[in-house]
Amino acid sequence: MADKIATREAYGKALAEFGAVYDNLVVLDADLAAATKTGVFKKAFPDRFFDCGIAENNLICVAVGMSLCGKIPFASTFAMFAAGRSFEQVRNSIGYPHTNVKIGATHAGITVGEDGATHQCCEDIALMRTIPGMTIINPADAVEARLAVKAAIDYVGPVYLRFGRMAVPTYFDDKYEFRIGKGVKMADGHDVSLIATGIEVEQALLARELLANEGISASVINMATIKPLDNELVLAEAEKCGCIVTCEEHNIIGGLGGAVCELLSEKRPTPVLRVGVNDEFGRSGPAKELVSYFHLDAAAIAEKAKAAVALKK
Amino acid sequence: MDTKRKNELTEIAREIRVGIIDAVHSAKSGHPGGSLSIADVLTYLYFEEMNIDPKNPKKPDRDRLVLSKGHCAPGLYSALAHRGYFPVEDLKTFRHTDSYLQGHPDMKHTPGVEMTSGSLGQGASTSCGMALANKIDKTSVRIYTILGDGETEEGQVWEAAMFAAHYHLSNLCWLIDFNGLQIDGPIAEVMNPTPYDTKFAAFGWNVIECNAHDFDSIEAAYKAARECTDKPSVIISHSIKGKGVSFMENNVAWHGAAPNDEQYEVAMHDLGER
Repeated sequence: MADKIATREAYGKALAEFGAVYDNLVVLDADLAAATKTGVFKKAFPDRFFDCGIAENNLICVAVGMSLCGKIPFASTFAMFAAGRSFEQVRNSIGYPHTNVKIGATHAGITVGEDGATHQCCEDIALMRTIPGMTIINPADAVEARLAVKAAIDYVGPVYLRFGRMAVPTYFDDKYEFRIGKGVKMADGHDVSLIATGIEVEQALLARELLANEGISASVINMATIKPLDNELVLAEAEKCGCIVTCEEHNIIGGLGGAVCELLSEKRPTPVLRVGVNDEFGRSGPAKELVSYFHLDAAAIAEKAKAAVALKK
Repeated sequence: MDTKRKNELTEIAREIRVGIIDAVHSAKSGHPGGSLSIADVLTYLYFEEMNIDPKNPKKPDRDRLVLSKGHCAPGLYSALAHRGYFPVEDLKTFRHTDSYLQGHPDMKHTPGVEMTSGSLGQGASTSCGMALANKIDKTSVRIYTILGDGETEEGQVWEAAMFAAHYHLSNLCWLIDFNGLQIDGPIAEVMNPTPYDTKFAAFGWNVIECNAHDFDSIEAAYKAARECTDKPSVIISHSIKGKGVSFMENNVAWHGAAPNDEQYEVAMHDLGER
């Protein structure tokens, strides 16, 4: 069994790899290069790395200015600050004019761990979803993270990339073709569809095994792109399975769960239960323990799945 | 500056002011005071200083202006129109529902607008990014920014100021439109952001002062900025809010109000149109 890798590690490596290919790629950070792993790019291309210091509003808009003068900028900091503190800069200087800035937001969700609630951003997907024209990608593993970075470079427009601190398994190999806006069926089933994103893909796959022991057949979807949502896939899963459990390391309000509910309630009303942080703030602790503490683990998903099945008529 | 050229620019500035009042009056909405206070600076930038071509608004080696005090879009639009980026008669469509002249500058819809602005402080940072990109590419492009004095109360402006000095962005020239007024009253009473000279010097900038309504003074200021090769420059531009329209001059009330028909006539008379 291969070692687990955090998607933030893959992010840093990808920046350095593609920095050699795209000489107009620049990377900006806000004093967190060691944590976000943009430091890997900094080491490889010190002339194209710019620390903005602890000034995230400036970070975002400096990236915008660079994008208007021929550069492809990746602006990195923790999700809390990229999407939270600088929301308005993202909205008014990136979103509204649709400028070509890629936000590499790391340390999303409660798996930030010991730093605790002020740093555990469970709102970033919700916030970014409300920005017209924003693309939001939350890769499930290192392979997908690297391909997401490439896809973001090739796509002309704003992209919010969400990376985690906690190590996750690798699911994909070098034949995997990542597509913005396309979810992937990781495992098939017909009683309930577990639509997961990011670190929750691992938990959903484990939950599937628990459910199989109880005679419940669950399919597992990796929904890496949250905006634009893979509507076709969600509708197909609703049709096939009749009920859905969304799984995300994010508030149950406004994230992947919100997106799925919004689609289905209009197009094909289907019971949807949401696994996520239950509208509460995080707390300090080792990441793995917090996953259980906040009911984001396989056991919690399996319980929700059984409840979802019961809601089917 | 020779007298002939000064007279030409004075006439252009007059026309730009007429355009500002036409736009705001037609929209029954907008920000005339702060647009009028920068009309001479805009004239100088668009007709003397900047390396631009209205026939080729996206030419790669062009100088750029970021109007960080985006609410003064009427000033920017009037200058762009008179410079030839789009028809002057379109100024009357300002803020109308189907117009490409949005209430605040919109780079996606208006030729000549380099950056979308309106939320104060952000243009300061964006202009730093433009300057940095050009610096690393070793171009001769210069980046110009106009900020409001009230705007300098936004913390982001100082983040940007730190950044510009840290990265030695000598191809960047900010101008603070120091008309002393904001919406809730004089800046000295609402939230005093001065003294500017010592503050910017402490931040590592080259500080220049000018009279916003004297072309010789404006010319000398931008020349001094170009001559500084190791620091970003800031021009503290002493101005009169509402300059050119008698009842608007130095009057807090005309930050964001439109003249009615009678006031419009007085303004046109003041600006030599009647």
